[in-house]
Amino acid sequence: MENTAEKTIITVVGKDTVGIIAKVCTYLSENGINVLDISQTIVSGYFNMMMIVDMSRAQVPFASCQKELDEVGAGLGVLIKCQRAEIFEKMHRI
Amino acid sequence: MINIFEVNETNKMIEQENLDVRTITLGISLLDCIDSDLGQLNRKIYEKITGTAKDLVAVGKKIEANYCIPIVNKRISVTPIGLVGGAACRTPEDFVTVAKTLDAAAKEVGVNFIGGYSAQVSKGTTASDENLIRSVPQALAETEYVCSSVNVGSTKTGINMDAVRLMGEVIRQTAEYTKERDSSGCAKLVVFCNAPDDNPFMAGAFHGVTEADAVINVGVSGPGVVKTALEAVRGESFEVLCETIKKTAFKITRVGQLVAKEASRRLGIPFGIIDLSLAPTPAIGDSVADILHEIGVEHAGAPGTTAALALLNDQVKKGGVMASSYVGGLSGAFIPVSEDQGMIDAVEAGALTLEKLEAMTCVCSVGLDMIAIPGDTTAATISGIIADEMAIGMVNQKTTAVRLIPVIGKGVGETVEFGGLLGHAPIMPVNPYSCEAFVERAGRIPAPIHSFKN
Repeated sequence: MENTAEKTIITVVGKDTVGIIAKVCTYLSENGINVLDISQTIVSGYFNMMMIVDMSRAQVPFASCQKELDEVGAGLGVLIKCQRAEIFEKMHRI
Repeated sequence: MINIFEVNETNKMIEQENLDVRTITLGISLLDCIDSDLGQLNRKIYEKITGTAKDLVAVGKKIEANYCIPIVNKRISVTPIGLVGGAACRTPEDFVTVAKTLDAAAKEVGVNFIGGYSAQVSKGTTASDENLIRSVPQALAETEYVCSSVNVGSTKTGINMDAVRLMGEVIRQTAEYTKERDSSGCAKLVVFCNAPDDNPFMAGAFHGVTEADAVINVGVSGPGVVKTALEAVRGESFEVLCETIKKTAFKITRVGQLVAKEASRRLGIPFGIIDLSLAPTPAIGDSVADILHEIGVEHAGAPGTTAALALLNDQVKKGGVMASSYVGGLSGAFIPVSEDQGMIDAVEAGALTLEKLEAMTCVCSVGLDMIAIPGDTTAATISGIIADEMAIGMVNQKTTAVRLIPVIGKGVGETVEFGGLLGHAPIMPVNPYSCEAFVERAGRIPAPIHSFKN
């Protein structure tokens, strides 16, 4: 597995509905992915969530996790994106 | 800790403003492939490239997936073939076999382009270099992925006017050889002054002899991101304008730096440089001309354009150098015509002429780029245009380049379609007066006085 202490950002954007956080968190816990931080806002009626997770003990490879979260999102009618955190850290921190 | 607004800002740049990494270019030295037997030379080149670059595309795709950032091109640059082929190639046709080998190797590893079918003749031309240059029309017509460049001048050596004259003819021949495809072979041929050894961008990429055995160079992009950032500061002072460009360039370059480091780590190949260029594409909103418009000129080419471009270029560099310790290549704003919808619009509106583009190249990278000219333009006139552009590079100690496409069978008012990233272009008028007596003179233009710094 390629994951070693990998901080990853999961973003969820879409129409607000019941159980978005629950479904995403269930998937994460079932796959050994630890949630470090969650923040959430509603922007012009749209649900907007960001999670910082630790994938170092994930039981699925990163690519499968991306694909499966994509499917979870499709079931909820929202877009779920899963990205390594470095891209944000590099861009926004000196 | 990263917050939701920062995450959203980054993803908005990628999803809505065309932020991407334009290219990961793997430079490969072919000096150890040199052989006096042509068959052996071709075999060694093929094996070296396919061996060194075998994981390039897969690694590029993996990085794209991990960060959800598009890496538009994966490319290879090699040691100038004029040097590598010298011992084996006796004729231009011999060189064409090497071009075909490069093409086959590029196809095998799945890259978008391979650069380095090149000659370095800034002071004089060896027999090998001349054979390579004369083979370019056929090589570009008979290959798909190969890009060619010829360096005909530098601040230190002056301008090799014999080579400039020859390149006028070679560009015309290349246009003739590919006339069925709107002379698009010329889109893969660039003439340089002060060509950098580590440029990751095509068509001018080659792996200089000053480089290590293999190296990763990355070209970033992001005109759309700069343009969007500037929309928020309309009417503000130059200070605010410059700060905004700098900050944006920093962010864009950091992404390039991350991708370069990651590619280097995964491939086990040293990181070379980040090229800080704003490289436009024909996609709407991915235009350098649109940035100039946002800075305050109605169309690229209007009075004020050169100053606006100078400012843009400088701020991109100032923001970018803070983001990466190793900056190189061309690093600046590109102003290709066919690859930038805003430039195309400016030409069609009558705002942008060849002469204004020439002025603009004094303050930015790279030069007269992707400009379609009438098919009946003479070789001497093309050489004259090249000489002007080389003189700008030589005197200003900067890289300049010419990538002109004389479109055989077409004239001013018509349009050519190159497709993909190369875009489409209205054919621009060329000054009709002759420079033949100038171009016909033999020899070279001496290096300028300020090159003697020792």
